[in-house]
Amino acid sequence: MTSLLKRLGGHAGRIVLALVFALPLVFMLVSSFKTDDQIFGDLGSVSAFLPVGALSLDNYTAMFDRVPAARFLLNSVLISSITVVLGIIVNSLAAFALARMRWSGRKVVLTTVIATLIVPFETFALPLVWWVNQLPLLRVNGFQLEWTTGWMDTYQVQILPFVANAFSIFFFHQFFQSIPKELDEAAIMDGAGWFTIYRRIVMPLSGPAVATVAILTFLPAWNSYLWPLMVVQSEELRPVMVGISYFFQLNVGWGQIMAYSSMITVPILALFVAFQRSFVNSIASTGVKG
Amino acid sequence: MVFRTRRLAAASVAAAAATALVAGCASGSGGSSSGASGDTLTLWTHNAGNSAELDVVKKIIKDFNGSQSKYKVELQSFPQTDYNNSVVAAASARKLPCLLDVDGPNVANWAWGGYLAPIDVTGSQVPVEDQLDSTVGTYNDKLYSFGHYDVSLAFFARKSVLNEHGIRIPTMDKPWTKDEFDAALAKLKKSGKFTYPLEMGTGGSGEWWPYAYSPQLQSFGGDLIDRNGYKTATGTLDGKESVEWGDWFQSLVTKGYMAKKSGADPNKDFLAGKSAIQWDGSWNATKNAEKLGDDLAIIPPVDFGKGPKIGGASWQWAMSSTCSNKEGAQEWLKFSRQTKYFVDYAKATSTIPATNEAATQVEDYQPGGRFAVLVQFAQKYATLRPVTPAYPYISTEFQKAAQDILAGADPKNALGQAAKNIDNNLKTNNNYSG
Amino acid sequence: MTTKTAAPQRLRPVRRTRTNNARRRESLTALGMATPAVVLLIVFLVVPVALAFALAFTDARLISPTPARFVGLRNFTQLFTDPVFYKSLRNTIYFAVVVVPLQAGLALVLALLVNAKVRGINFFRTVYFLPVVTSMVVVSLLWTFLYRQDGLVNNIISTLTLGHFQGPDWLGDPATAMPAIILMSVWQGVGFHMIIWLAGLQTIPAELYEAAELDGATTWQRFRHVTWPGLRSTRTFVLVTITIAAFSLFTQIRVMTQGGPLDSTTTVVFQAVRTGYDQQQTAYAAAISLIFFVLVLTVSLVQRFLTREKD
Repeated sequence: MTSLLKRLGGHAGRIVLALVFALPLVFMLVSSFKTDDQIFGDLGSVSAFLPVGALSLDNYTAMFDRVPAARFLLNSVLISSITVVLGIIVNSLAAFALARMRWSGRKVVLTTVIATLIVPFETFALPLVWWVNQLPLLRVNGFQLEWTTGWMDTYQVQILPFVANAFSIFFFHQFFQSIPKELDEAAIMDGAGWFTIYRRIVMPLSGPAVATVAILTFLPAWNSYLWPLMVVQSEELRPVMVGISYFFQLNVGWGQIMAYSSMITVPILALFVAFQRSFVNSIASTGVKG
Repeated sequence: MVFRTRRLAAASVAAAAATALVAGCASGSGGSSSGASGDTLTLWTHNAGNSAELDVVKKIIKDFNGSQSKYKVELQSFPQTDYNNSVVAAASARKLPCLLDVDGPNVANWAWGGYLAPIDVTGSQVPVEDQLDSTVGTYNDKLYSFGHYDVSLAFFARKSVLNEHGIRIPTMDKPWTKDEFDAALAKLKKSGKFTYPLEMGTGGSGEWWPYAYSPQLQSFGGDLIDRNGYKTATGTLDGKESVEWGDWFQSLVTKGYMAKKSGADPNKDFLAGKSAIQWDGSWNATKNAEKLGDDLAIIPPVDFGKGPKIGGASWQWAMSSTCSNKEGAQEWLKFSRQTKYFVDYAKATSTIPATNEAATQVEDYQPGGRFAVLVQFAQKYATLRPVTPAYPYISTEFQKAAQDILAGADPKNALGQAAKNIDNNLKTNNNYSG
Repeated sequence: MTTKTAAPQRLRPVRRTRTNNARRRESLTALGMATPAVVLLIVFLVVPVALAFALAFTDARLISPTPARFVGLRNFTQLFTDPVFYKSLRNTIYFAVVVVPLQAGLALVLALLVNAKVRGINFFRTVYFLPVVTSMVVVSLLWTFLYRQDGLVNNIISTLTLGHFQGPDWLGDPATAMPAIILMSVWQGVGFHMIIWLAGLQTIPAELYEAAELDGATTWQRFRHVTWPGLRSTRTFVLVTITIAAFSLFTQIRVMTQGGPLDSTTTVVFQAVRTGYDQQQTAYAAAISLIFFVLVLTVSLVQRFLTREKD
C-alpha cells in the first residue's frame, strides 16, 4: 500500500515537473499561430497553452516577408555541418595519433590538450576578435590571388575556430584506447599503413564516439551567439541565432518572435526525439568517461 | 625523448611565430578596398525597421540604376539598434560598403576613425549651402555627409485633454516652464485617468536616449561634455545643472508621471489615450494628425532655464574610405541631391525637409502648414550633439547613466561615474587627436 | 575517471622486431595526423589566450587611426577603480554560487525520479531534456515574454494565489532580475546534468541496493550509503562543468537585461563584450578577459585540488 502511494507520489512529481519543462515550449509553439491580441488575451487562462481560437500561419509568412529567415537557416545548417564534419576528421586523426601510435612529443601534446579543456571560450573571445581581424586572407582579385587581412564577416571565421576541440580529441582518445591494440599489430603484419588502420579498422568501430562528438559539436555550433554577433555583419552570412536577436529588435509582434523561435527550435527538438538514444548516451558518456 | 620534446616545442613556437609574423606583415600592408565589385556598389542603411523611409531609399536607388547604365547600386538594410556596431565591425574588417548612412553625431568619430572619405558633390542639383546646417556633416572643415531631412522633437498632446484639466497650451513665444510642466503633470496624474500621464519613450534604446533627453539636460544648463576643446566631461556632465536635470528626470518616475520603461510602441499608447503628453519625433506628426485632427497640439519643448532645446542632426549619407569605386559612389550621392527626393523623404516619413525649396513643396511644412511649427523648432531650438570623435562613447555612457537614474540610482553618482569614464576614454585615446 | 587500457605485455617482442625505419615512419605519420588539430588549437586558442595577456597592457582598439602602444598597467588601474567591474564580479559569483548547488541538486532529484523502472519513464526523461536542446537565445526571448509584468508567470502566480498576490516586473526590478535569470538558466540547463547523474546512477551495481534492502535500510540510508558514495566521480564532473558554464554567463544578459536594471545583472563576460565590442576598447576588454581567465583557472584548480584530495 505504502509502496503504491509512493509510486503514485513519484508519478505525480514527475508529471508536475514535466509540465514545468514542457509548458513554456508548448506556449511558444502554440502562440506562433495566434495573433498578438489573442496571445495576450489567452494569458489569463489555460488556453495560453492550447491551440484554440483563430489559428493561422500569418506570423510565419510575415516573418519570412520581413527577414531572409530561410537564408539564416541555410547559413546555420552549412556552418554547423561543416564544423561537425571537419571536427570529426581533425580531432579523430589527432586522437588516433595520440592514443594508438608511438611518437616523440605525444605526451606533451596530450597534456597540453587536456590542459586547454578548462579554458572556456569566453575568456579569450575578445582577443580572438582582434586576432582574426589580423589574420591573412587569400582572395581572388581578377586573375590574381592577393593577400588581404581580416577574417571578419566570412564563413570560415564562423567555422575554423571551432573545428579543433580539446574535448573531442580527449573523448576520441579515451574511446580509441578501449579498442584492442592487437588489431593494429595484425593489420601492420598484413602490410597496412597507419592511415588505413585509422580509416578501415578504428573509425568503423567508433560509431558511438563519432555520434557523440557530432552531437556535442553540432549543438553549440547551431546555438552559437556570442561569436557570430561580433564577427558577422552581412545579412547573407548571418546565422539563425543572431538573426533572431536582430529580428527581435525590429519591434515585431510577439507572435512573429514565437514563429521564428519555433522555426529554429522545432527541427532540433524533432532531431533530438528521433535520435534520443544517441543524444542521451552522448551526454551521459561525457560524464562517465570525461 | 627529452631532446625530441624540446624540438617539437621549438617547432610549435616557430610555427606560432611564423603565423603571427605573416599576419603582422599582412596587416601592415593593409590598404585593400571593398564595397563594390566593379561598377556594382553596395549601400547600407539603418532602415530595416522603418519601411516608409526604406521605400524612399529604394526609389532613389531604382531611379539611379535606371537613369544610367554604368553603375548599379545594391541595397542592404539593418535594424537600427545594431547598425552602428555592424558598421564599426565592418570597418575593422575593411568590408564597408561604398555608400552608407550615418547618424549625424557619429560623423566625427567615423571620419576620425578613417571609415569615411570626404565627399565632393559640387554640380548636383541642390547645393550643400542651401541645406539646414544640422543636415550637413563636417569634420576638420571637410564635408563628409549630408542628409535629406532633419527631425524635430516636440510634445504631442490632445488640446481637449489639456483644456479639460485647465492646462495652458504653450506657444513658441511662451513655452512651458519647469514649474508649469510639473504642475500640469501633477494635475493629469491626480485626475486618475492616466496611469502615466507623460510618455517619453523610455523603452527605447541606443541613440534615442541622448537624442531625446540630452537636450533637456542642456535646457537645464548642463551638457554631455565641456565643449571648450572637448577634453573633459567632469564638472559638466556631473555639474550642478546636470544633477538638477537628473533629479528632475528621476522624479518623473518616482512621482508616477512616467513609466520606468515604456511599452513597445509608445506612439500607439499615446494615440490610444493611455498617456496625455508624448515627447516624440516629428516622424509621428502625420500619424498623430490623422488620428486626432484639430485636437492635436504640437507643443514646444519645456524651457528648463536655458531655453527650449531639441537635438539636431539626423541620418545622413556618406561614402566609405575603402570604397573601390569612389566615382560611382559620388555619382549616386549627387544623383540623390534632387529637390524631389528631399520632398519624397519629407512626405514619406513626415520629417523636416533639409532645404527651404523642398519645404515649400510640402504642404505641411509651408509657412502656415500644419507642421510648419516643427520647422521652426528645428531652426530655433536645435543643438548639435557634441562634434567630437568621442561622441559614440559619450552616448553609451549617457544612456547607461540615464537608465540607471530612472531605475533609482543617485543622479549625482550615476552622472559622476559617466563623466569619469568619459574622461578616462578621452585620456586613453589622447583626446582623439591624430 | 579515466579508463586506461594497459597495453598487453605480449606485444613487446613484436614491436622490438620492427625496424627503425618503420618507427620513424610511425612518428612522422603521427605528427602529420596530429598537426591539423594542433595548428588549429594554437591559432585559435593558444595565441588568443596569449594575446589577452599582451593586449591588456596596450591601448589597442578594434579600429584606430593610430597604432597600439604599450601603456603598462593603466587598463588595470582603470578597471580596479570601476565600480561596474566590481558589480560584474559580484553578480558573476552570486550567479555561480546559487546556480551550482541549485542546478546540481535539482538535476540529481530529477535523475532519481527518472531512474525508476516504470513504464513511460523515457517520456519524462525526454521532456526534462527538451530545454537543453533549445538554444539559450530562444529561451531568453521566450522568458523575456513570460517574465513581463503582464506576462504568463505573473498570471500563473495570480491564478494560483487566487488573485491575492501580484508578481513583480521580474526583469525590471533590481531585486528580482538576477533571481529570475537564475531560475530560467536552471530550467534550461538542468536536464543536461540530470543525464550525467543518471549515467552515474546506472554504474552503481544493483547488488549493492539489494544488499542494502536485505539489511532493512531506509530509502534515505540507501541514498546516503550506497548512491552518494557511488556518484563520487560524477559529482566532480557535474561541479566543474556547471561552475565553468555559470562563470561564462552572457547570452541571457545580452538578450534579456543588458546588464540592468542598475547593474544588477551585469557580468564579467557581458562587461568584456560591452567595452570590447560595443565601445571598441579592445585593450580594456583584454584586461577584463585576463582577469576572468585567472579567475576561472583558479576556481577550476581549487575544485580539482579539493576533489583530488579526497581520492
